[in-house]
Amino acid sequence: MTLKQVVNNVAEMPASKKAVVDIKKLSLTFQTADGPVYALSDVDLTIEEGDFVSFIGPSGCGKTTLLRVIADLEQATGGEISINGVTPHEAREKRAYGYVFQAPALLPWRSIERNVTLPLEIMEISKEERVKRAQEALKLVELNGFEKKFPWQLSGGMQQRASIARALSFDADLLLMDEPFGALDEIVRDHLNEQLLKLWARTNKTVAFVTHSIPEAVYLSSKIVVMSPRPGRIIDVIETDFPKDRTLDIRETPEFLEIAHRVREGLRAGHSNDE
Amino acid sequence: MTWTKLDKFCLVAAIAALLALIFPLAGVDGDTGKQVAFVGDIPGLAVAMALCVIAGSAFTWLGVGSVTAGMVILAIAVFGCWQAISVLYDYGVAGYAGPGFWLFILSLWAFVWRGIDVIANFHSLDRTKQHLANFVVPVAFGVWLLFVWEVVVSGFGVPQVLLPPPSMIGERFVNSTDILAADFHQTFVKAVLSGYVMGCGSAFIVAIAVDRVPFLKRGLLPLGNMVSALPIIGVAPIMVMWFGFDWQSKAAVIVIMTFFPMLVNTVTGLNAAGKLEKDLMATYASGYWSTLFRLRLPAAMPFVFNALKINSTLALIGAIVAEFFGTPIVGMGFRISTEVGRMNIDMVWAEIALAALAGTAFYGAVAYIERKATSWHPSFRVRRH
Repeated sequence: MTLKQVVNNVAEMPASKKAVVDIKKLSLTFQTADGPVYALSDVDLTIEEGDFVSFIGPSGCGKTTLLRVIADLEQATGGEISINGVTPHEAREKRAYGYVFQAPALLPWRSIERNVTLPLEIMEISKEERVKRAQEALKLVELNGFEKKFPWQLSGGMQQRASIARALSFDADLLLMDEPFGALDEIVRDHLNEQLLKLWARTNKTVAFVTHSIPEAVYLSSKIVVMSPRPGRIIDVIETDFPKDRTLDIRETPEFLEIAHRVREGLRAGHSNDE
Repeated sequence: MTWTKLDKFCLVAAIAALLALIFPLAGVDGDTGKQVAFVGDIPGLAVAMALCVIAGSAFTWLGVGSVTAGMVILAIAVFGCWQAISVLYDYGVAGYAGPGFWLFILSLWAFVWRGIDVIANFHSLDRTKQHLANFVVPVAFGVWLLFVWEVVVSGFGVPQVLLPPPSMIGERFVNSTDILAADFHQTFVKAVLSGYVMGCGSAFIVAIAVDRVPFLKRGLLPLGNMVSALPIIGVAPIMVMWFGFDWQSKAAVIVIMTFFPMLVNTVTGLNAAGKLEKDLMATYASGYWSTLFRLRLPAAMPFVFNALKINSTLALIGAIVAEFFGTPIVGMGFRISTEVGRMNIDMVWAEIALAALAGTAFYGAVAYIERKATSWHPSFRVRRH
């Protein structure tokens, strides 16, 4: 059933938009002492401009690895991948994306403002411009007023927002997020999800978002990529058509539940393979 | 009032002072066959002992609850200490101290203990008062230790060759400031500081090179380890032959001593930055030097400062010991070795005091810079809230 759906979805795609990430037959094998580990196998995926793509799957399915390949933090061992038409390495050199990690990864010796200006400093942008952009980025994540604080003086949710502000500060069109809210509680998570959606609606950035929460994936995405482990591969791609200015209320609608159900079915199908 | 509610320290103080009035103050002079001194002849001491008895009994019942009471006790103790010193030197009790004298010292000890205890437990939201209390406690304790040293050495008549009293060391220190200043300049300013800067600085640079070039890590670290394991008394004469009698040979010994701790700590520190942070820098396409200065060196700072603190004391020890193997006729190690030979033990102790002061100040300065530079580190954070 999954193959048919993928075909259907591919057929439904509008062809007009520009592809930001284009992946063909991608595979990645880690050589370990215990023999090769097939982290990714035969992955085909296109992420278009303005998409919000969620990668969902059980741990070990390669969703983080796929994001890291896009970010050029891992190198694929087979297949093709291009970011904005160039290799991931060139894209990284051009600072084509902002990356948000699972943990905030704020540098403890820098104030929140100086953490946010860190990428701008590396890109040798002038001081006034840096401060101005940090102000804007902190405003987007509602952290204005905390510029002079140090990371340990903020709560976990605020730290993660600061790390998002840092990824936004240099205004890359592509935002890669690796389970950014995984360590946060449900309430904070809902709030940050809403903020992230608003941000996406306002800026028209392309977002690739790794999660293992089904409601989070369905609520946020315009496209859900369901993955399964051993070897990591895509088993379903689901397009949603919720409006960009959706609210948390859509989680009660039949459409939402239907998509969530389809994601769950896909995950279950992927799991049954290795039992 | 029950027994448990009595202030035991004040009780000890009162009883000891009372017994001090009864027992003989001093022993018998071997030549004259008479007791050296009586409490009745020394009004100041009699008043001090009586005060101890009265205040001791009073506070035994009242308890020493407030800081004011603690201050009163300490004030009485200070007066008592002054009288004890005066009895030793002005009335010839030094060397002949008897049970009465030692009971009086016991009484003073109980008072001082209780007084310091009360002030040490003082907590105030007023920062000036709190700072003052935090300052008084170690100072009072240190002064008391010096006092005990003084009365024990003088009271028992300990030969000066074995251990001179602190007053004698202090007198020698004050009267020889020009010699001490010259020695300090030679040993500390010339040898220690230059050796320390050269040793720590070169190890820091080598650590960065070792981190950059993998084969250096395999080749240089074992070599550095071996050099640091060399005994200083074997290395020092060789350095004197290589670099001459002056401070350069001492600086060379210090370089050898300080190089390895700094190298190992910096290499470890450069690996302290986490994988996540390194990935983060990679996503910004940050180059080697940019990542070094923005991520890895700041993350290494706690390790670097550890080495700087260890080396601050090592350097001084190294310079003083190295001076035993040949120096111009100035320097702290030179002075110690020659004055020991001339039985001028007070001068040796004056140099030891100088070394202790210089070493503590040096360590304190490095620790202060560390606190300013790595205030973000979890071990210092509490102070910033």
